[in-house]
Amino acid sequence: MALLNISSPHTSRPGDTGGVMRQVLYALLPGIVLLTWFFGPGHLIQIGIAAITALACEALVMVLRKRPVLFYLKDYSALLTAVLLALALPPLCPWWVTVIASAFAIIFAKHLYGGMGYNPFNPAMVGFALVLISFPVAMTTSWTGPAELLNAKLTFSQSLHFIFSARDGIDAVTMATPLDVYKHQAAMQTSDEIFKQPIFGSTIAIGWEWISLAYALGGIYLLWRRIFTWHIPLSVLTALSICSVIFGWDADTHVPLSLHLFTGATMLGAFFIATDPVTASTTPLGKIIYGAGIGILIYVIRTYGAYPDAIAFAVLLMNFAAAFIDQYTQPRTYGHNKAKRGLPKGGK
Amino acid sequence: MSKSLSEITLDGLWKNNPGLVQLLGLCPMLAVTGSVVNAMGLGLATILVLTGSNFAVSLIRNLVPDAVRLPAFVMIIASYVTCTELLMQAFTYELYEVLGIFIPLIVTNCIILGRADAFAAKNAPLPALLDGFMMGLGFSLVLLVLGAMREIIGHGTLFANMDLLFGAAAVDWKITLIDQYTDFLFAVLPPGAFVGMGLLIALKNIIDSKLKERQHTAHTTPVAGSKRVRVTGKIT
Repeated sequence: MALLNISSPHTSRPGDTGGVMRQVLYALLPGIVLLTWFFGPGHLIQIGIAAITALACEALVMVLRKRPVLFYLKDYSALLTAVLLALALPPLCPWWVTVIASAFAIIFAKHLYGGMGYNPFNPAMVGFALVLISFPVAMTTSWTGPAELLNAKLTFSQSLHFIFSARDGIDAVTMATPLDVYKHQAAMQTSDEIFKQPIFGSTIAIGWEWISLAYALGGIYLLWRRIFTWHIPLSVLTALSICSVIFGWDADTHVPLSLHLFTGATMLGAFFIATDPVTASTTPLGKIIYGAGIGILIYVIRTYGAYPDAIAFAVLLMNFAAAFIDQYTQPRTYGHNKAKRGLPKGGK
Repeated sequence: MSKSLSEITLDGLWKNNPGLVQLLGLCPMLAVTGSVVNAMGLGLATILVLTGSNFAVSLIRNLVPDAVRLPAFVMIIASYVTCTELLMQAFTYELYEVLGIFIPLIVTNCIILGRADAFAAKNAPLPALLDGFMMGLGFSLVLLVLGAMREIIGHGTLFANMDLLFGAAAVDWKITLIDQYTDFLFAVLPPGAFVGMGLLIALKNIIDSKLKERQHTAHTTPVAGSKRVRVTGKIT
């Protein structure tokens, strides 16, 4: 009789998968509200498109696999994937980008690997990486500017228009993200000069700092509800901060720490994406190594890479390593003097 | 031991297809199948080399001692590749430029050395020739399908730039399937090749299992009546 190999944690919690996923969705709400407040209703529309596509794909695959459709739709995992993906996408990217990304995330990244609980890579990030490398133009020119900087506030019907039909005139409402602006101007201007630009506002960067705080707040709520442990978010943020302080201490040539932490998708990534229980490392020490790896990769890709942000690639690269990390960081089991780590000696 | 000619054909094209079953020659397969014309160019070059080298290896199979057979095979393969390369340089120079390093790299293509050692070195020249041709054809067909898939998804066109291979007559063979298509770079880049390849293998497995199922049901027709002789009287 073959025994099932089940990874830890072995103690079960009250409630089901759907309950956990629902908590994560609630925790995302403050971030979504602030995003809409600062950057217009684009994200809401993207969430709608992504959710419909993801749920339809999930249902389709379940029918093909002859599994109960409603049971799996009710676990909210497809919906959470769709929401995370939509939050990562630029708010005004064309509708077909969102549809392709979410369909690929659900069908290829999740179900071709065996479905819920079996996917080695974070589905939302696979979908995001796919469209990022496939449609670089649509992905980098669709970020809306903060409402304060736009002459006219972006309305719902305007956003619908940009997402679903014509894209002429879109230049008036889009602009580069703060991370991108700073990175490209750091070579020519000093830190003070760059920070005088309107997009950075009076504190860090208009809108972004509050959205990041809202995500962090949601993350802390999930920590308090014990949906995940402190290891991964803390090690992601610590590793990113250490890298930024040591290698990027000179704000005149490097993106400063405040921008690294409070703009881009750092908080969303650290609390909501890196902590995905299926694709992350599962042992306590492993989680710290996994998170630190993500933090270091975020810094490296942001600093030396061509893309404005780096969460997706950092998370996907560490997903590759998660199984390996787990194998070498097994904790000591009760009743044994030493932890069993790595491959069994002398073969099986 | 020796297989019939139809078996050799079936093996090369389907049952033991070098692209989908043996998974050999992945490097050129994934690298150059961005469009139909590239796939066809590499496919034709591979067929030429594989057929020729299989035939030549089979001719000398009894003269070469076992210990030095591999260097001898590689020499033969390398000379065929050089011929192919020169031919392509002479007649399809632009395609030669596009395919670049992958033409000389045919020397290291595992399919060719694999067939030389596994088949040609043990069989008579004629079956070896056929095996080389069929294996090459099977490989090229996979290349073509993959190239077509990636060209359609990646650029929304089919048979673009066919004039590189067929001359001026093929200039307007290009079919634009979707107007104003935004290039889907993923399909053009190597990861798209891996995904496309995986889908093709899955498709082949589905077809195979369906065929097997059909064969199975055809063979298990229930036997009418019992074959055992009843000795204890009738049960009514």
